[in-house]
Amino acid sequence: MQPNIDAGLRITALVSVGKHPSSGRARRADQDARAVEMGLRIAPQGLEVVHAGSSDEAVLRDYAGMGLAALKVIQQSAELDAVPALSEYLSEETPDIILTGVRAESGESSGMMAYLLGEKLGLPVVSRVAEIRSVANGHAEVLQALPRGQRRAVRVCLPFIASVDSAAAAPRQSAYGPGMRAKLQPEERGIEIPDAVRSLWQESPARKRPKRLKVVKAKTAADRFKAATAKATGDGGTVMRNETAAEKAQAIFDLLVEEGVLR
Amino acid sequence: MSDDIIRRDPRAEWIARNRLHPLHEAMKQAGAAAEVRGPSGLIRRNPHAVGFIGPNGIKRIDRLNGNAQTTAGRRAAAKTVELPLHRVETPDYYIAVVPDLIGGRLTAHDKDVLGQAHQLIAQLGGAGAVVAICFGESREDSFDKAGVDRLMQFSDASFDGYSPEARVTALQNVDKSLSPKFWLFPDSIAGGFEIGCRLAARLDERPLTQAWQVGLESTICRGAGGSSDITRATERILLLAQECANPIDETRHEVLPLEAVEVTTATARLEDLGQVSVDPNSIALAEAEFILSAGNGVHDWDNFHRAATLLGATEGGSRVVVDDGHMPRFRQVGASGTWVTARVYIAVGISGAVQHLQGIGQCDKVIAVNTDVSCDMVKRAALSVIDDSNEVLTELMKLVEEYRQQEVTDAA
Repeated sequence: MQPNIDAGLRITALVSVGKHPSSGRARRADQDARAVEMGLRIAPQGLEVVHAGSSDEAVLRDYAGMGLAALKVIQQSAELDAVPALSEYLSEETPDIILTGVRAESGESSGMMAYLLGEKLGLPVVSRVAEIRSVANGHAEVLQALPRGQRRAVRVCLPFIASVDSAAAAPRQSAYGPGMRAKLQPEERGIEIPDAVRSLWQESPARKRPKRLKVVKAKTAADRFKAATAKATGDGGTVMRNETAAEKAQAIFDLLVEEGVLR
Repeated sequence: MSDDIIRRDPRAEWIARNRLHPLHEAMKQAGAAAEVRGPSGLIRRNPHAVGFIGPNGIKRIDRLNGNAQTTAGRRAAAKTVELPLHRVETPDYYIAVVPDLIGGRLTAHDKDVLGQAHQLIAQLGGAGAVVAICFGESREDSFDKAGVDRLMQFSDASFDGYSPEARVTALQNVDKSLSPKFWLFPDSIAGGFEIGCRLAARLDERPLTQAWQVGLESTICRGAGGSSDITRATERILLLAQECANPIDETRHEVLPLEAVEVTTATARLEDLGQVSVDPNSIALAEAEFILSAGNGVHDWDNFHRAATLLGATEGGSRVVVDDGHMPRFRQVGASGTWVTARVYIAVGISGAVQHLQGIGQCDKVIAVNTDVSCDMVKRAALSVIDDSNEVLTELMKLVEEYRQQEVTDAA
């Protein structure tokens, strides 16, 4: 699939427990699963998947069902800060590429994980990666996902941390049997740094944000009347009927060039 | 003795009563005030002292006081009202805002963040100033109306394009020199989220992301991918969601330049290789910027597909062509298809049924090519062309080919 990918690459994908948007059930986090998929496409032999939490999680089996023989689980309880334990583990392992998602689906979901690891380990961070095109000579060429379906190419030197965007390749289906047969290797790190800020905050299900009203700043009754009765008149609305087809096409062409969509 | 008796002058009263009397104007100079205080203290209104002589010599009374909406020949209604200037001579503290500046202009999200900055100043009290920190060329000319008190511009070439590491180093230096009370970023994919998180990681401070209601003590943020609300203590670095506060619209601000701090450029570990051309048909229809959409009036499908490829547009279709099998279902645009948010939408042979128009409600410019003048799509479109779709597309393709040829020869 990726002929120019180095065979000896070591990739670590960090996974978390995801949350289905409508039902709220625990599932594979979308961006984390795409990160695992990216790792499986580039270097299936050198991929290691790490989770910081409890090894009883059923969701880990869903990740394993994508074709992983084993997962590493850094034993930690849910309210603890994951960054210190992960940074210590990664500084010992020193993989070439570390893949995470952009934002988690549960918990604080701040998106800081990749950047905090980057600072602690001193590695460059590339965010919103859609594809890793090639890895050669200690450099990787990476495609970043921009809004409106655009892509930007970025070159970064190994080792680096990449956060994977939802525009990356769709994750493969998870198979139940291999998922159940996978080994969840627990790692006892003994780093129990409590998240002080988290214990102080209150969490509640999200309520709808108030919609912004178009308030008319009107001083006089006449102004308010004018604003209320103003018809939304579309400017433009030119209709070309009697010109030749060439002239009509010219008008369309000019509009496209003016809008900047014709490159 | 003659002063006690009030003598009425019947001739004067006769002149005053008759407007057409030659001496009427002269008499009126004396005093035909609209309201006069009478002997008992009550205000007496003179009902004849209204109106003016109109352009054709007939007396006119304008009841609308000049607020009438004239239908024909309306001047540009906006009279530039001069907003009051908000001055901060010597700021006690700064609040730093790093706007996205997409295309060099402030976005609505940026303006909301600036509004939030002024709200925080109002809550903190004192003479705070809002500093906007901009990287690269900015084409924005209304920083003053958006609420920027001080402007720090980094225009070095090392900040062009995608250069997050250089920008974060610059912001770190700004933090050392100005020590702002708050750092506000728009939490957006246009770069605000990335820069804010990088700065928070660099300064080793915990940011508040997706904050939508900010107070001095506590803030409400969205967590868990948008499904929960977290109420927590306000920190220094805030990444604000859209519409977190009202933008500034009642004051003008002095946009005084601040010296950009010295930045020692370290070697960037991320190298920007520029944008990569993308096959437009692989972009999701909901995200696509430029869409060429086919309807029942399109008969030559090869021509249509060729036109889409040449123009570099994403293909779409109405329900009719999808049901007939000419286009796959995921290309359907409409109420039960995709709701598109394109900037330019060309509708070829689409009549504009209500459901289809629902799907293109968010599109900015709609171009309609149709043989029917009275169809609803023509009413919706900014530019409508009444002609056979095949002919127009062929001519358009010719023009685009010439344009591309010219570009190639220009580049060569």
